[in-house]
Amino acid sequence: MDATPAPTYVLSGETGDWEVVIGLEVHAQVISHAKLFSGASTTFGADPNSQVSLVDAAMPGMLPVINRACVEQAVRTGLGLRAHINHTSVFARKNYFYADLPQGYQISQYELPIVGEGTLILDMPDGSSRTVGIERLHLEQDAGKSMHDQHPSKSFIDLNRSGVALMEIVSKPDMRSPEEAGAYLRKLRSILRYLGTCDGNMEEGSMRADVNVSVRKVGETGLRTRCEVKNVNSVRFVMQAIEAEATRHIEVWESGGEVIQETRLFDPAKGETRSMRSKEEAHDYRYFPDPDLLPLEFDDAFVDGIRATLPELPDDKKARFISDVGLTPYDASVLVVDRREADFFEAVAKDRDGKTAANWVISTLFGTLNKMGVGIDESPVSAENLGKLIDLIADDTISGRIAKDVYEIMVETGEAPDTIVEERGLKQVKDTGAIEAAIDEVMAANPDKVEQVRGGKEKLLGWFTGQVMKATQGKANPGMVNDLLKKKILG
Amino acid sequence: MTTLTDLTIAEARKGLDAKEFTAAELTEAHLAAMETHADLNAYITPTPERAREMAAASDARIAKGEAGAMEGIPIAMKDLFCTDGTRTTAGSNILGTFVPPYESTVSTNLWNAGAVLLGKANLDEFAMGSSNETSAFGNVVNPWTRTDQPERKLVPGGSSGGSASAVAARIAMGATGTDTGGSIRQPASFCGITGLKPTYGRCSRWGIVAFASSLDQAGPMARTVEDVALMLGAMAGHDPKDSTSAPIAVPDFAAAIEQGVAGLKVGIPKEYRPEEGFSPEIDAIWTRGMEMLRDAGAETVDISLPHTKYALAAYYIVAPAEASSNLARYDGVRYGLRVVEDGDSLNDMYCKTRGAGFGAEVKRRILIGTYALSAGYYDAYYLKAQKVRALIARDFKTAFDSGVDVILTPTTPSAAFGLDEEITDPVTMYLNDVFTVPTSLAGLPGLSVPVALTEAGLPQGLQLIGRPFDEDTVLRAGRALEKAAAFTAKPRLLEG
Repeated sequence: MDATPAPTYVLSGETGDWEVVIGLEVHAQVISHAKLFSGASTTFGADPNSQVSLVDAAMPGMLPVINRACVEQAVRTGLGLRAHINHTSVFARKNYFYADLPQGYQISQYELPIVGEGTLILDMPDGSSRTVGIERLHLEQDAGKSMHDQHPSKSFIDLNRSGVALMEIVSKPDMRSPEEAGAYLRKLRSILRYLGTCDGNMEEGSMRADVNVSVRKVGETGLRTRCEVKNVNSVRFVMQAIEAEATRHIEVWESGGEVIQETRLFDPAKGETRSMRSKEEAHDYRYFPDPDLLPLEFDDAFVDGIRATLPELPDDKKARFISDVGLTPYDASVLVVDRREADFFEAVAKDRDGKTAANWVISTLFGTLNKMGVGIDESPVSAENLGKLIDLIADDTISGRIAKDVYEIMVETGEAPDTIVEERGLKQVKDTGAIEAAIDEVMAANPDKVEQVRGGKEKLLGWFTGQVMKATQGKANPGMVNDLLKKKILG
Repeated sequence: MTTLTDLTIAEARKGLDAKEFTAAELTEAHLAAMETHADLNAYITPTPERAREMAAASDARIAKGEAGAMEGIPIAMKDLFCTDGTRTTAGSNILGTFVPPYESTVSTNLWNAGAVLLGKANLDEFAMGSSNETSAFGNVVNPWTRTDQPERKLVPGGSSGGSASAVAARIAMGATGTDTGGSIRQPASFCGITGLKPTYGRCSRWGIVAFASSLDQAGPMARTVEDVALMLGAMAGHDPKDSTSAPIAVPDFAAAIEQGVAGLKVGIPKEYRPEEGFSPEIDAIWTRGMEMLRDAGAETVDISLPHTKYALAAYYIVAPAEASSNLARYDGVRYGLRVVEDGDSLNDMYCKTRGAGFGAEVKRRILIGTYALSAGYYDAYYLKAQKVRALIARDFKTAFDSGVDVILTPTTPSAAFGLDEEITDPVTMYLNDVFTVPTSLAGLPGLSVPVALTEAGLPQGLQLIGRPFDEDTVLRAGRALEKAAAFTAKPRLLEG
């Protein structure tokens, strides 16, 4: 955190108020055609063990060779996190035995990661921002997958994932509420997707989070013992796991006990965490530099080449939307989450009023997409047509009310708004004569109400406007109707 | 005419090109000799059928004038090199029936140069040993015997003991070895042949069963310096599949060996005269070696490699540490031995498989290595050993920077010992490598050349150490030593 303001998320215990300290380790699967140290494919969903090279299966005498594309993706991500890029980094072996870990060690980075400290800015729902520190980002291999439900007495192993490149992105323990952790994950996912370095699909497992949680009394400055909740696979579950784990810690401390450092798992069905292994059972990973690989080294030109291809990232885009387009911080942060949505908005807003465009996109279009359950790429209304619709309102061709109807037709038919307006005769009536005729009719039918207005009940003018609009099927220009009504009734 | 099996590789190449005999005849002569000397147990898996096919193919290429540098030359392949379709055991029960579906880069290079595979040579299990007694496929016998105890069987050294024994016994014209701490040079010295550990990175490690990745290096073993140079030329080269393989061109090693040593500065390190376990006889042979090089026009200079005494200790941290990790893949899950009974857990399977699959020396080194890398011990052992390693490399660099072109030392502190000595104290066994380990830690090329027979009639080699990737100078000096020594003695086995 930038400063230490009064905690916004406080859990009240029997002995007083507690705050939560959260750090996240996110495993993000690198978008690459081939694995980190072999040429095998990384496509998701292939038949078990169909994407396994001799290296991935750890056959005798096989050696890893670094995939340059994965290194570029890690550097790209580091730049997106405004992080220090280490021009020399070292791959280390993390040794442990498991059936889906063919080498008996995972090639990872330990003392010298490829990316050092950086920052991530959280966009909170109330429009405010928080800064969370990034501790490091390192490259490592994924393990295979064990399946224990395929046979009554045997476990099956699928090595397709074995050797796929992961980025482990470690935050500093800077978050203080489940909401901040959620905002962190959403923002990180947004940046990774902008960069094209990870698809961020938590349900497919291409982004997974380990959550480090501890609690302390409000006002305490030191950190108490933390627990690591492993492999949580949705933003919602991360937030639930934090709450459950923090509550558990408070109960332990308040009952006079001591929280033991351990690895835990979150059970979403029960909404609680349970112990996976204690510190005593913890692995001694025996990290040491992998002698099969030379230190990973690159120069400024390599980094600059990648920097030159970076897209405008959400924070910069948001700042631009606020300063150049005049959006509120909240609207801007909503629009920049997804790069394609931001692009869509910009196409709508081009040469038009930005705020109006933002309103249409956020309130109307996003609502439609949500209801239909589709993404911006499948939007039934194109950016071009939505822009035209705004133009039709701006030049008084149609009223705002008619525009809503036109929009609904656009959603259904995908047609252009000018065509719809033309074909269905929805053009706003600006002909004074026609409007006057409609007014006369309404006045003639409601002489008592005319008298009431003239007697001082000017509020009723609104009712007249409504009647006239109804009589003209909403096509009359409401401003003109108002003016003419005043003139005719009040003189 | 000498028998075909007595020819050197260079002589055989000339004979083949001159159509004096065929590759098929050369191979048959060796296959027959292999049967005669099967008692040496030099081969774990002889491959006569494959040898005949390859020899026939060589004859076809020779007929077409497309002979490679090793065309038609029958060799033994240390059973640490994976061979496509031919069992590769690493001398271990855990890989006792393993048949790789791929071919190592070094063996591929040799086949591309026309070499013929006679069989897979015996070795210490996972190349861990100095006597070839740790092989799960039985010990190898050295074809040499003591003149005073002609019936006593001797060890061939290790770990490339099968390769050395085969070349010495004329049941292979050359053999591949691997050297991690002396595994080419020490058996070469024990068996009276020539063996070169090239610079780390000169030969690809791809497809060689790993022992200690930062030290393992493949190299040639043959009966002359020229043959070693020829073979190295075929084996070496940059391999993109091995990140530690050096992107350096392969020179014509054989072309340079006759350039002589006139004007060369030969360093003599004073630290290679340990107080314990160093035979005065070998000291005398070393002195004779110095004289030979001086007589050939070289200058000998005394140098100091002050950290030599720490080399063995550092080696026995680094090598087991890497081995403990490299051998983790032998877990019974995907290939090799699996020992499991109904109801066993995964951990039970690991324990039973690795318990049954590995021999005592391999287990010892896995335990040492695991311990050295453990939390709380890493700094004191592994990190310290790496620092010592850097100091040892610096010792050599200082010597070479001072103008020394090549360094001369004994290869081993003693000649071959008896199989009946049953050395059970590992440290005594480890001392065999006291002169070869520093070179390995520094990644430098080291050549063992047989120079003389001891009083008991056993061969003794001297070691020449060179600058990184300067195998040329090492081979040149080796050739000068070889010429001066005129080592023509043969194992008594072959004279009977």
